[in-house]
Amino acid sequence: MAKMTGKDMVVEALKREGVEVIFGFPGGAIIDINDALEKDGTIKFVLVRHEQGATHAADGYARASGKVGVCLVTSGPGATNTVTGIATAYMDSIPMVVMTGQVPTALIGNDAFQEVDIVGITRPCTKHNFLVKDVKDLPMILKEAFYIARSGRPGPVLIDLPKDVQNGKAEFNYPDEIHLRSYNPVFEPHIKQVRRAYRLIKKARKPVIYAGGGVIIAGAHNELRALAESTQTPVTMTLMGLGAFPGTHRLSLNMLGMHGSYCANMAMANSDLIIAVGARFDDRVTGKIEAFATKAKIVHMDIDPTSIQKNVKVDVPIVGDCRIALEKLVEAVREDSVTAEEWSERHRGWLEQLDAWNKRHPLHYKQESGVIKPQYVIEKLYEMTKGKAIITTEVGQNQMWAAQFYKFDEPRTLLSSGGLGTMGYGFPAAIGAQMAFPDKLVVDIAGDGSIQMNIQEMATAMEQRLPIKIIILNNQFLGMVRQWQELFYDRRYAATKFEMTPDFVKIAEAYGATGFRATKPEEVDDVLAKGLETDGPVVMEFAIAREEGVFPMVPAGKATTEMLLV
Amino acid sequence: MRHTLSVLVENTPGALSRITGLFSGRGFNIESLCVAATLDPTLSTLTLVTYGDDFIIEQIIKQLNRLVDVYKVIDVTEGEFVEREMALIKVKAEAETRAEVLRMCDIFRCKVVDVSSKTYTVEVTGPKSKLKAVIELLTPIGIKEITRTGTIAMIREKKTV
Ligand SMILES: Cc1ncc(C[n+]2csc(CCOP(=O)(O)OP(=O)(O)O)c2C)c(N)n1
Repeated sequence: MAKMTGKDMVVEALKREGVEVIFGFPGGAIIDINDALEKDGTIKFVLVRHEQGATHAADGYARASGKVGVCLVTSGPGATNTVTGIATAYMDSIPMVVMTGQVPTALIGNDAFQEVDIVGITRPCTKHNFLVKDVKDLPMILKEAFYIARSGRPGPVLIDLPKDVQNGKAEFNYPDEIHLRSYNPVFEPHIKQVRRAYRLIKKARKPVIYAGGGVIIAGAHNELRALAESTQTPVTMTLMGLGAFPGTHRLSLNMLGMHGSYCANMAMANSDLIIAVGARFDDRVTGKIEAFATKAKIVHMDIDPTSIQKNVKVDVPIVGDCRIALEKLVEAVREDSVTAEEWSERHRGWLEQLDAWNKRHPLHYKQESGVIKPQYVIEKLYEMTKGKAIITTEVGQNQMWAAQFYKFDEPRTLLSSGGLGTMGYGFPAAIGAQMAFPDKLVVDIAGDGSIQMNIQEMATAMEQRLPIKIIILNNQFLGMVRQWQELFYDRRYAATKFEMTPDFVKIAEAYGATGFRATKPEEVDDVLAKGLETDGPVVMEFAIAREEGVFPMVPAGKATTEMLLV
Repeated sequence: MRHTLSVLVENTPGALSRITGLFSGRGFNIESLCVAATLDPTLSTLTLVTYGDDFIIEQIIKQLNRLVDVYKVIDVTEGEFVEREMALIKVKAEAETRAEVLRMCDIFRCKVVDVSSKTYTVEVTGPKSKLKAVIELLTPIGIKEITRTGTIAMIREKKTV
């Protein structure tokens, strides 16, 4: 077999893995691979303006499409700039392969120019990582990296590529399939456990399905819907789970947790059976753990055994792919003799109770004359886009308003940094999503703080002609932190007030994009309409009520029933 | 409770660091850690003594299993097992104490592995309790230095009648 250079192996492997686009930024330690990609010419390279942007773009691409996102950056500072993006993807289980250049193997450990131990740095925030020491190992490592990134509970994998490995030669044996003896992601859930779960479902009178991001990752939304509908069980979702079940469905209770709906949190607190699917009982969901769902038995389906029994005691654990687990559960429902009417009858009281809670405190805000309410902007956006847009968010109030007031009916339409809560995520993620779906409408809902963390990617969006719409809810505050200060720190607004905010319309224009601004409520509809109609990247800035809060709110460490309401 | 885990890991660079990183990152305790090759050169055994309630031990085992490099985790404390540790103890051995040190070595079946005009270096092997007893008895005589291997363990083979 003819020998191949490391850099060509990388290109060849990427092609075999079906990679169509790479997000990255060049440098001395990765120049050879950029060169090989250019010569080959099949894979699109998106040149970002900051490596963090590349990682979030790859992540957004992966979340929107379900494929593996790929990044390519240089050694040293290029590599360290990817850390936040890698950690973001890790926390939300996003499949990603990040390739970093490295100094030649002979120089490793010598504090060489632009040398950094990126494998050491990213060990705790990658699913796995590799330093390639010999070009002979490269084909297998590339294969393993993609396999590990996308299988089981997905996650980011980093490959560190010393310059001499990129240029060394070896045989290229690239298997179609691999098996790793030490890595066996469990797939088939235990049928006995599924039956036990079904017995609990049959006994329950106040059941709730609590769906997380795992449902979306597993592509289990249809099975989830089948279970909910066939047993007339209401569904609440985590931030990561929004879209796993239609937000407009009669059985949807919307989001739960710190800024969840009153109804969802009351449902969990009073439920006698929680069916958790691909969710991990994170502290933002449970609130004070001792007071969480004290009356409920818990069924927990997750592909990652470490998620089960980590935060709460589970009655029926089901380890495995939650699509298969749900399918089996739906089968169990079908095989049983309980009719649709009987299920409805059983849960009628419960559903009525939920309805009453929802009517008592629906997701709600107060309109005030003369000021723009951010919730109104989102509601309007939902209306005008008919709920069909891919929404990315930054982090803070903007993110929570987006989650509360845009209704997500389809999976992979809300891309948001849940676990890490990374400001600056939304805009580059929108770039990735738009690369995956050039014909869809992609909107980043941003705060004036977050958008400034990766605003440089305007240049990338312009260069790639990506018609992303950015909605900036400008309160001239780091709003979410300010809200905490208002509620828990006697309104001492330490380090959250922006004395200076740039003119975002002019920023858009400086990049050659279009900008619109609304400062009065009556301008909102018009700005949205014009902004959504305009070709190319558009910034829509809304001067919102400065001290508007996100409600309901469960103060950190409190029980989820202790909600502060509007 | 104290648990001794036997962890079989791929013999790859970084595997050990992944494991210790897991313990420090998640706030688990390591009492001792001992790593060595196995008969299969591609695998190493890591014997790890840790403590925590059942909840934590379950998490530790699951988290270890989640690491791509970890082949197998066995909680040897679950069943019958043998556990050994070795210590080298350099103890003051001057005219009046030399005989006493030797007598203790005899009782505990320790070996003297190095001798100088002022010290004996004693090798002691056994379960933790034995090491503890020896150290306690030698302390009044004057221990100058100790190094210990950390615990290694093995499940007892089932005895057929
Ligand atoms: C990188 C990063 N730094 C700090 C924080 C802490 N933080 C969470 S929300 C928030 C305020 C965000 O402000 P802005 O983007 O203006 O959004 P708003 O809450 O006003 O909608 C901050 C600082 C974070 N989540 N991410």
